[in-house]
Amino acid sequence: MTQDRTDAPAPAPEAGGGTPAPADDAREGSGLSRRTALGAAGAVAGAAALTAGGFAAGRTAASSPQTSAYDFFGAHQSGIVTPQQDRLHFAAFDITTDSTARVVSLLRRWTEAAARLMAGSELGSGAAGGAYAAPPDDTGEALGLPASGLTITVGFGPGLFDERFGLASRRPDQLIDLPQFSGDTLDERFVGGDLCIQACADDPQVAVHAIRNLSRIAFGDAAIRWAQLGFGRTSSTTREQDTPRNFMGFKDGTANLRAEDTALVDRWVWADASDGQDWMAGGSYLVARRIRILAEIWDRTSLQEQEATVGRTKGSGAPLSGGSEFTAPDFAATGRDDAPLIRPDSHVALAHPSAHGGAMMLRRGYNFTDGADELGRLDAGLFFLAYVRDPREQFVPVQNALSSSDVMTVEYLRTTGSALFAVPRGVAPGSALGAEGAYVGQELFA
Amino acid sequence: MPRPALARPLAATGAALSALALTACVPNASADDEAIAVESTADECKVASTEVPSGTVVFDVTNSGDDVTEFYLLASDGLRIISEVENVGPGITRQLVVQVPAGDYLTQCKPGMTGDGIQAAFTVTDSGEDVFSGDDAELLAAAGEQYLLYVRDQIQTLEDKTDAFLAAYTAGDDDEARALYADARVHWERIEPVAESFGDLDPMMDAREADLAEGESWTGWHRIEKNLWPPAEGYDLTSAEREELADKLAADTADLAARVNAEDFAIDAFQVGNGAKELLDEVAAGKITGEEEIWSHTDLWDFQANVDGASVAYGVLHDVVAESDPALVEELDSRFAELEGLLAQHGSVDEGFVLYTELTDDQIVELARAVDALGEPLSRLTAAAVA
Repeated sequence: MTQDRTDAPAPAPEAGGGTPAPADDAREGSGLSRRTALGAAGAVAGAAALTAGGFAAGRTAASSPQTSAYDFFGAHQSGIVTPQQDRLHFAAFDITTDSTARVVSLLRRWTEAAARLMAGSELGSGAAGGAYAAPPDDTGEALGLPASGLTITVGFGPGLFDERFGLASRRPDQLIDLPQFSGDTLDERFVGGDLCIQACADDPQVAVHAIRNLSRIAFGDAAIRWAQLGFGRTSSTTREQDTPRNFMGFKDGTANLRAEDTALVDRWVWADASDGQDWMAGGSYLVARRIRILAEIWDRTSLQEQEATVGRTKGSGAPLSGGSEFTAPDFAATGRDDAPLIRPDSHVALAHPSAHGGAMMLRRGYNFTDGADELGRLDAGLFFLAYVRDPREQFVPVQNALSSSDVMTVEYLRTTGSALFAVPRGVAPGSALGAEGAYVGQELFA
Repeated sequence: MPRPALARPLAATGAALSALALTACVPNASADDEAIAVESTADECKVASTEVPSGTVVFDVTNSGDDVTEFYLLASDGLRIISEVENVGPGITRQLVVQVPAGDYLTQCKPGMTGDGIQAAFTVTDSGEDVFSGDDAELLAAAGEQYLLYVRDQIQTLEDKTDAFLAAYTAGDDDEARALYADARVHWERIEPVAESFGDLDPMMDAREADLAEGESWTGWHRIEKNLWPPAEGYDLTSAEREELADKLAADTADLAARVNAEDFAIDAFQVGNGAKELLDEVAAGKITGEEEIWSHTDLWDFQANVDGASVAYGVLHDVVAESDPALVEELDSRFAELEGLLAQHGSVDEGFVLYTELTDDQIVELARAVDALGEPLSRLTAAAVA
């Protein structure tokens, strides 16, 4: 909710944060795009301010990428309640050093770089400047591209709290080792991680550029354990956004938490000091699950069975109990022979907050495809990302219900990757960055 | 079967489709067919056209009322159902596609699903088009009965072979047990969708280790499989533990047999058609990847058995579909033959198959492609037979 536009001349309606603002046309023309920002925070903020246009724009077609820039600074990290961008590059890292000082140094370098990247600025001495005999600091593929709504969100996995760094007593109870769920077919290549970075943007090249450069900065201290590219958001995080479709062809995340639901977001997304660990106040927990869809089998399923499996119509997304997309499902409504119109083992019945004491998640998932598998079948699905205040209450019970009873999960999905991260609060506005400066997660190391 | 099965209430599906069994078959309706809008309200049933040429007729039924509604196309006697859609929630639009020969009919909306509903005359004029309208009710009922006989026969054999297998297993004759394992399971795999429809039995009898949540107990075929083909040292079970697993599997198998042999147990044509498709889904999801028999690697027995079951299900519907969609029958015949031919290169149920691990990558890809080539047209079987 603190995801303010960089200049925010007029507050975005309700959204308290994050309505994208298009870049000033002059920016491209004057060659200011990705200009090398000298100095640290001040210059970054300055560059960012140039990207703001001033009118609140809704989501535009994927063919015209957002040219807005979001503020790196804020009470919460960006990339959570920010209107969900269309592209993702997610990376989980193993920490390869045993030195706490090196980890802190890495987080400082990441923080400074993240602020620059989000502003659309080049890193260090730039992509085409710097010493002629040295490799450029910035890899360069984003030269000339706008900030594209890039957000960078950093998280901490359970491994950060092992014996190496003396942080065991500060591991939040909420940062559990996720249990084995029935039917999980996890591929070790997509499990766990000591750190993670979620880079979202409206231009895939900008998201990939961010992960590429941040992982380059990390060499020696952390290395990518696994990564996932996502295209096509499968959730809406604000009311202005249309509900997108997942690879099953259905609208997804109709009942998602939205940024505008501030009371619910406070209740279900943001951690509080009273939750047990002061350093996590204002943070959240990120559940990441790589869920493959058995597309060939799903595609051979009758429309009747597909709709019964989901509990909604394929066309409009209305619950089978009637109404339109945003009509609340009526699980008591019955049809012929008093059978429920929404099958109790449908996805919507089992995942609905009403089945879980009202517990909600802020979902932020993406469609993915990694091409084809060795049998020529589409290797595609949903890269499920969800932000919750307590995974023990908001994710594990829901997943247990789905894994054991949900026809969709059991028959048509295979979860191949799984990880949980604690995502600390944001870096306060006005903070100086750099070698001695503020950084994401500094409260943990204080 | 690897997944904990979900109780798909047979009764519910049966009720939903019993009426369909009376209807004429529908060759593929295309999106180009002009749909007749039907609006069902609390007291009206507005049908946009009341006279159409014979052939494929498409109704878009929208429920503008507050209650769940149904829409019927009835014969002129007002009793015989030509086709219907049910469970249309308020605000929802559902499509009905039906082949109708020339004649007088009635349309009927039934808001609230009770009472006589709102009827109106509906006329179908002769378009000169050849309309398939054979009375399939008897053929379809016979198909369900034939298939049920097959299921009962397979379960009888399953019981016998399971007993022999378990006798060797509890006697500690592991070589004999390993030799009997795959052959006994063939009879389970042939009728897997029926066994799976009993949501409580399937996980106890056929769960794989990966299907379990933390803390769940593991029984059934694959538990014993892992004991007989241990991945490493240290998977031995005591004879008491073996007895317990064997007693459980025997009791569950007897339970399955009792349920399938119950007088009121029935299988309708819709379930037969879907069962054929689901058997191919099983192959595509578990057998072709070697996940089903991860310790014994006897996946090809299961593979063949799934195809056998699908082939029988297709067989009992063959004559009905041959009339409604001859091109589909032609394709299915050739795709079944192709897959059977490929499987025969690797063995047979009588002579035994090579192990999954002995297949080359190219052979697995070749089988996977043949499964997809059959699975795609097979997914249209049900609609061609009953819809």
